[in-house]
Amino acid sequence: MDEGKQLQIRGISKAFGSQVVLDGIDLDLPLGSHTTVIGKSGIGKSVLLKCVAGLLPPDAGTVSINDDSTSQPPCSYMFQQNALFDSLTVEENVAMPLRERGAAKPAEIAERVGHLLEQLELAAAARKYPAEISGGMKKRVALARALITNPEVILFDEPTTGLDPQRKYAVFDMIRSYRRRFGFTVLMVSHDVPEVFEISDKVAWLDGGRIRFFGTPEELRTNPPEDLEPFLHPQLSPV
Amino acid sequence: MISALGRHSIRIINEIGELALFGSRAAVSLPSQRHVFEKVSRAIFEIGVRCVPITLIVGLFTGLVLGLQLYYVLTKFSSESLLGQAVALSIILEIGPVFTAIMIVGQAGSALSAEIGIQRNAEQIDALRTMQINPIGFLVAPRLWAAIICFPILTTFFDLVGILGGHLTGVELLGVDPGAYWNRIYEAVSVKNIVDGLFKAIVFGVVTTMICSFQGYFTHLKSDVPGARGVSQTTTRAVVLSCIAILMFDYLITSFQMAN
Repeated sequence: MDEGKQLQIRGISKAFGSQVVLDGIDLDLPLGSHTTVIGKSGIGKSVLLKCVAGLLPPDAGTVSINDDSTSQPPCSYMFQQNALFDSLTVEENVAMPLRERGAAKPAEIAERVGHLLEQLELAAAARKYPAEISGGMKKRVALARALITNPEVILFDEPTTGLDPQRKYAVFDMIRSYRRRFGFTVLMVSHDVPEVFEISDKVAWLDGGRIRFFGTPEELRTNPPEDLEPFLHPQLSPV
Repeated sequence: MISALGRHSIRIINEIGELALFGSRAAVSLPSQRHVFEKVSRAIFEIGVRCVPITLIVGLFTGLVLGLQLYYVLTKFSSESLLGQAVALSIILEIGPVFTAIMIVGQAGSALSAEIGIQRNAEQIDALRTMQINPIGFLVAPRLWAAIICFPILTTFFDLVGILGGHLTGVELLGVDPGAYWNRIYEAVSVKNIVDGLFKAIVFGVVTTMICSFQGYFTHLKSDVPGARGVSQTTTRAVVLSCIAILMFDYLITSFQMAN
């Protein structure tokens, strides 16, 4: 972890009409750490992520690294459905952020993309289209595209939606191992409780527009807030 | 009822304003794009090359029918020698630009709207924004400039094939003198007529590309239902609005051209 440096989310509020979704969210995430935001469906987790990424303008609040609010922190975003471009090959998808921003010369882009695809075990699929590769590989391609610009923070929006348990663990494993290897900060939104506790340094529970719990998975396990209990251990109501 | 009418009017004016802003953003964002030639070339292929066959077929049959109809009207006044002039001016000034634009909207405009709508639903537009790529510049600007290039070229194809169709009916089938047919065209059609027709084509290209892109880009806001049905709704609306816009702008431009 990058000791001392933090991604600071300060007072993020967002309402849609009269419906307040986020009501002053504060979070401090040490760079290099993994924080997972949990909460019920439709509670505003993805809205929080989109506000952090700059995809939705918050009504109030800031996102910065160490209170440097002069610019949006460099965040990459992994979407639920990967958001890969169907008409581009794997390597073209990964090269896109560099190529379209003119961030490097073509030869350098090709080298960086090739190197990253090797690291993510995607070299054999470089010339394939997204429709020709498996769901797990698509996730890795989306991660490669997110990593190519060397971002400090990657935002994961429910990365395991629609996956079976085996693939779900494979994706979590991928996030954990690549975070260790590349050192990026993870802010993830997930429903997969308690599986996400295995890979998270911190867990934030979002409810009623506010962060109701923020701590380590261990703290959550040993001393969960009373209201969170039904979410952590759901039970069928008696017939 | 009056308040509902007022609300509806404000919504329409609002939408026209949004469309104008969207269009101006697309127009000015092309120079900031990378690989402009590659993107515009691809868009020319999608809008232009793929629409050539349909344009030629519709142009030929329009010319054939026009030759037939006008021949029998002109015969009543013993003026069948004016057939070439009548066919050429009708096609160059009105039918060519309007029919070509409607054909392109049916083939390429609907595809453009649906493609951008699907990209919106698949979060690809949000993905572009997170990559700090201007989505309007990336998705819309090349198509807008391709339309500005393709619409007049396809209209010219339509005009030429339509006039040839009039010749086939009038001269080859109904016996109008070929010299009279072509000579009347040569005498009657001025450079201004051709420029006026092509100017219309450029305006139709800009307007319809904007409408189709706009409907697709904001499919999540413009449709009543999300997902595939939403894209279907906005695609249908894009085609209908484009056709209405073509006819409205045709009337407006013709009014100005006639006044001058």
